[in-house]
Amino acid sequence: MQVLRPQSWHEALAARSELPGATPVAGGTDVMVAMKLRHFRPEVLLDLSRVSGSERYRIGPDSVHCGPRVCHTTVAERLHRQLPGLALAAGSVGSRQVRNRGTIGGNLGTASPAGDLHPMLLAAGADVELSSVRGSRWVPADGFYRDGGGTVLGADELITAVRVPLAAGPQRFQKIGRRQGLVKSLCSFALTLDRGQRRIRAAVGAYGAAPVRLLAAEQLIEESRVLYGAGTLPAALVAEFGRLAATATTPVEEGAEAGYRRRALAVLAARNLTQAWAMFLAEGHDGHHRDGQRQDP
Amino acid sequence: MDITVTVNGKTHDRLDDEDGPGESLLFLLRERLGLIGPKNACEQGECGSCAVWLDGVLVNSCLVLSAQADGCSVRTVEGLASDTAGPLETSGASRVPGTSGALHPVQQAFLDTGAVQCGFCTPGMVVTATDLLERLPRPSDAEVRREMAGNLCRCTGYQQIVEAVLLAAERMAGPASPEVGRP
Ligand SMILES: Cc1cc2nc3c(=O)[nH]c(=O)nc-3n(C[C@H](O)[C@H](O)[C@H](O)COP(=O)(O)OP(=O)(O)OC[C@H]3O[C@@H](n4cnc5c(N)ncnc54)[C@H](O)[C@@H]3O)c2cc1C
Ligand code: FES
Ligand code: FES
Repeated sequence: MQVLRPQSWHEALAARSELPGATPVAGGTDVMVAMKLRHFRPEVLLDLSRVSGSERYRIGPDSVHCGPRVCHTTVAERLHRQLPGLALAAGSVGSRQVRNRGTIGGNLGTASPAGDLHPMLLAAGADVELSSVRGSRWVPADGFYRDGGGTVLGADELITAVRVPLAAGPQRFQKIGRRQGLVKSLCSFALTLDRGQRRIRAAVGAYGAAPVRLLAAEQLIEESRVLYGAGTLPAALVAEFGRLAATATTPVEEGAEAGYRRRALAVLAARNLTQAWAMFLAEGHDGHHRDGQRQDP
Repeated sequence: MDITVTVNGKTHDRLDDEDGPGESLLFLLRERLGLIGPKNACEQGECGSCAVWLDGVLVNSCLVLSAQADGCSVRTVEGLASDTAGPLETSGASRVPGTSGALHPVQQAFLDTGAVQCGFCTPGMVVTATDLLERLPRPSDAEVRREMAGNLCRCTGYQQIVEAVLLAAERMAGPASPEVGRP
């Protein structure tokens, strides 16, 4: 048994390609538990905690570029203005101790269906950079998760960055568990509104075998063209949005019965749509102004 | 692999992670260095009994690979008392047996409010509360409960623990202004 400690991505990717069986470790909050509970004994651990710059983020004009070792506390407390939705999701992870240690890259690497960042990364339109000695590719979050669970990460690849677009309107994230904190979610829901484009993106996690975009529910709202108005959302539309959200995938039976989860998700989706819309209207002034600017050629 | 860590200001080098690469920082602290303040309870990151600071960041030491702590500085509950020997000289706080230091105000507040029963959770509670007060000197009751959600206690029912943290806050930062309205 061995721990490799690369200092750069160059070294890390070389090690990954030579020893695809090695287990990467970032914060270790999933790996250490697996070693303890499931007697998981990898022959080689690939410690990423010394890869320089991997814990940094950079705020660009359109997006935030995060190293994979950006921890949940950093997202929740330093990026809440740029990425309010992801900050809510990251702030809801485990406890202070777990958020200080757990990383974006680790959350994506584990890709537990219940991982809290996934629905928000989908709803925010994030991209994940996967790199190997062969080169790098950017994969949209939509294409990162496999339908039946797991991800498209190759055996010789590492997650080297996550790029998250700056919020362009209200963002919401909420999850339901048996109690608050330190329990696996029974369902989680993320939603973003794009003020300029009049677009909505929504996704669900901790529900089916993989986190998913709610394309039919999004389409319903966009085709209704309510996002171009300034009134209250019709109750029937909100209810239908919730229904489409809850039927987009089948909840995997784990403890709480499927019926409860389906109903909980419908409520969560409808409630968050209503709240996001109220935020959209409240910030309307500034938004209309910006819309005008954007339409100028 | 040889590991060097500085714990509470003292450097320990050439610590071999005999237990294999899966060895945790908690194991290193307790079994190799004999620092039994951090408690081994769940070893799954759920209870906070093993909380320490790793390069100033609050972590559960059971979730940290010992190799990841190589070259880092660790502060444990054992490092708290002498930290504040100065300011407390005047406040009549208890002395730590066998040391020259007085108890940290958070430790003293735990004693004064009866927040310790079996005491197993206490080191982790004290470390987490101290971390909280360093970031948020005047927390509300709700903030204390939220920030300490990762520390479990099977004895007290938490009420006295929350009171201890609020008392420590008051002693460390001075009484709240009346408008703030404390519970
Ligand atoms: C008590 C407790 C509570 C928790 N609560 C929550 C919660 O509420 N919500 C939630 O979503 N999660 C929760 N988690 C799970 C965990 O904290 C998160 O998934 C965290 O983001 C994992 O990050 P990490 O850096 O610690 O991952 P690690 O354990 O280091 O790695 C996790 C996985 O990702 C792989 N990996 C890590 N980095 C990379 C990389 N750069 N490239 C490729 N693969 C990589 C590893 O090989 C491993 O398979 C909890 C964990 C604990 C112990
Ligand atoms: S022993 Fe580390 S969190 Fe419980
Ligand atoms: S005092 Fe016994 S666990 Fe907290």
